[in-house]
Amino acid sequence: MISREEVEHVARLARLALTAEELERMRAQLNAILVHIDALRAVDTEGVEPTSHAVPVVNVMREDEPRACFPRDAMLANAPDRSGEFFRVPRIIED
Amino acid sequence: MDLQRPIHELTAAYRRGETTPGAATEAYLARIEKLDGRIGAYITVTAEEARAAAAAADRRYRDGTPLGPLDGVPLSIKDVFCTRGVRTTCGSRILEQFVPPYDATLVTRLAAAGAVMLGKGNLDEFAMGSSTEHSAFHVTRNPWDPSRVPGGSSGGPAAAVAGGLAAGGFGTDTGGSIRQPAAFCGVVGLKPTYGRISRYGLVAFASSLDHPGPFGRDVTDAALLLGAAAGHDPRDATSIDAPVPDYTADLPRGVRGLRLGVPDEYFIAGMDPEVERAVRAAIEVLKGLGAGVERVSLPATPYALATYYVIAPAEASSNLARYDGVRYGLRAEGGGDLIEMYEATRAQGFGAEVKRRIMLGTYALSSGYYEAYYGQAQKVRTKIAADFSAAFAEFDFVVTPTSPSVAFGLGEKTDDPLAMYLNDFFTVPMSLAGIPAISIPAGLAEPEGGGPRLPVGFQIAAPAFAEQKLLDAAYALEQGIGFDATPSGAPYVPMDGIKRTGSGGEGDG
Repeated sequence: MISREEVEHVARLARLALTAEELERMRAQLNAILVHIDALRAVDTEGVEPTSHAVPVVNVMREDEPRACFPRDAMLANAPDRSGEFFRVPRIIED
Repeated sequence: MDLQRPIHELTAAYRRGETTPGAATEAYLARIEKLDGRIGAYITVTAEEARAAAAAADRRYRDGTPLGPLDGVPLSIKDVFCTRGVRTTCGSRILEQFVPPYDATLVTRLAAAGAVMLGKGNLDEFAMGSSTEHSAFHVTRNPWDPSRVPGGSSGGPAAAVAGGLAAGGFGTDTGGSIRQPAAFCGVVGLKPTYGRISRYGLVAFASSLDHPGPFGRDVTDAALLLGAAAGHDPRDATSIDAPVPDYTADLPRGVRGLRLGVPDEYFIAGMDPEVERAVRAAIEVLKGLGAGVERVSLPATPYALATYYVIAPAEASSNLARYDGVRYGLRAEGGGDLIEMYEATRAQGFGAEVKRRIMLGTYALSSGYYEAYYGQAQKVRTKIAADFSAAFAEFDFVVTPTSPSVAFGLGEKTDDPLAMYLNDFFTVPMSLAGIPAISIPAGLAEPEGGGPRLPVGFQIAAPAFAEQKLLDAAYALEQGIGFDATPSGAPYVPMDGIKRTGSGGEGDG
């Protein structure tokens, strides 16, 4: 069973601010889902290779040719906040 | 104008000069204007762009130079495909104002084929859900019974096609999000082989499972839509470089002599008996058409749902890490440092289901649990794919119900995530295996508790890249069943000039 502390820890990892009420509901719901998922532990997978992609495609190569990229303004057009040619974020480094 | 006829009939009418793409587009836009307030199939209607595209198609038909079988065909595109200059929300507050600077390859290909995009179809937020109730904007109602869900996550395009609000559509299927809404809405939905249609410009949910695919009123339409969308794309490294055949070329081939496996594991306790009856009846139709039908076992099936609900959330938690309020999308106001800004942005921007999946996926990938959950799920995924490979050594197809029930009521499952997930029981195995599967209407069933009769979906799954054979078999079944995919009893539908089916096309009738 996942504890409230674990839910808080995972929420921090996922960068999700959850209210106390959300944390409790999440704990209960995750537990219900995990009970179902725990059935996987019973499957014998000794010697079974994991599948990351159903259709295996490896090492797709292409010529290293210069090509046009998107104009800077188009890439900045959706920015919630910008300063000239840059994305602006809250201060990271203290004075 | 008949807005509930198949694409191949609409374009035949264009070619005969009986109507034009411009007139059809106006008629669809008028119907959307009139009805979509009640159905909710669209998030954004692109009337201006649609009229411009239709006018160009008009000129081509007038000059006798139409581009092909989709020229001038009005479509609904799930709002998860990027459209240049048209906002692309993914049904989420976090992308409510996002206007992509480029088109998804699917959108580019459809435009090159002359198709007319009517608008962006509603969906469960980030395609996570089975009812379209998790859209941040509004629910979509099922045109067969507006008190019920259209399925999901591609509920918008499915309801649009069923309700005559588009001639066809495109959605995405990660764990059933095309096939299940197709089943609930009484239309044809196809999930092709993984990599058959490019994912470039498709906003990612679970990258190893996301499959774009078409909705059509019939199998022929699904074949036409697939043909226009499929093909290698150098911008998607996982798209497959294999030739694209004319998927309509052999549709009348039939199923005589083909071998169909009916998996025991798909006839579970708890399945709606009316669904089972319609599916068994469809199997009898296939037998009558000369197919050999036998039982088959896919023993890993009971673990598919758990496997999916580890792998898909794990990939989602990683993919959705990009929504950080910096480069695009919502940013929460209110000061604080960078981390607090991330946390507040994501708390405000994501809905409950998306948060649940992010949490589940983050947990499954977190230190100490990775091998037990994610590692184990990837291995069980191998066993699920191996089940299908073994079955296809003996059989041409595996046939199953698409969903354990008909469309359920709005609000019925929103408080119980696990009950919602169980909807995907019959569709996730094919997603995990990456194999093509189609849902076609098998008939109508009486819902428990009364109300208008509702469509039942019949699923056919085939080996990777066997879409053509799959469509041929689906076509044979469709002809054998004679289903007329028009909502017959929906109380809201003012049927001006629209074909009605008196008693509905019953599967075994």
